[in-house]
Amino acid sequence: MNVDLVVFLALLSAGYVFGRYNERKHFRSIQEREQAMRELLVFSERLPPPQPGAVECTLVVGSCVVAFDYFKSFVAGLRNLFGGRVTSYETLMDRARREALLRMKQEAAELGATMIVNVKIETSSISGEAANATGSVEVMAYGTAIVPRQRG
Amino acid sequence: MIVTNIEIIPGRRVLRHLGMVTGSTVRAKHAGKDIMAGFKNIFGGELKAYTELMQEAREEAMQRMIAQAKAIGANAVINVRFATSSITVGAAELFVYGTAVVLDEPAPQA
Repeated sequence: MNVDLVVFLALLSAGYVFGRYNERKHFRSIQEREQAMRELLVFSERLPPPQPGAVECTLVVGSCVVAFDYFKSFVAGLRNLFGGRVTSYETLMDRARREALLRMKQEAAELGATMIVNVKIETSSISGEAANATGSVEVMAYGTAIVPRQRG
Repeated sequence: MIVTNIEIIPGRRVLRHLGMVTGSTVRAKHAGKDIMAGFKNIFGGELKAYTELMQEAREEAMQRMIAQAKAIGANAVINVRFATSSITVGAAELFVYGTAVVLDEPAPQA
């Protein structure tokens, strides 16, 4: 009984400390890369605006799988009793989505694209519905990169 | 082979529609990776093994779709969509579909 409690508290604090640290680090890196990629425009519009000159288009994809930490799961479990915003999961989804978008942008930037149109974001849980499953979500972002064709 | 998820290709005309082409794959990681993912659930963070798994699955599914499109004589796949679903723990199905078309030759460079 006592051992269980100790293990539980150890997991909880490990989740809190490492989860927090990871999240801060991740958000910092996301912000830096978003600044660096600011020039590359992303649209959810279906078709690109009329382009001067010839362009090529290619499908670009980015994805990211993130796991819940023990602390977040616990807090979300508590939140389930009272209802309301589950902030601990909101930040997690935000991280996953921005990371996926950044990876998509990265792929497009390597091709020399000027914009990405028709961007779709899809979220799925890859761990299934099992009770003891690893809690993780996958976010996939994909769109069409518009690359100006090189002259000459 | 041009693959995009918009309905037109700027500067090119669609000569013929060849119908829908699909590709799908179900993939799983070995148990070791699953156990590592379990540990990650304590500390949080990105599951690199699963990200990799999804990337491999996507590549595979797209290759199958492209092979199917080539087999019916298409030179582009437009309006591509992805769908993901989880079947059991640690396994994921990735399904990709689009419209196979024949495009005209690109206009000569101005």
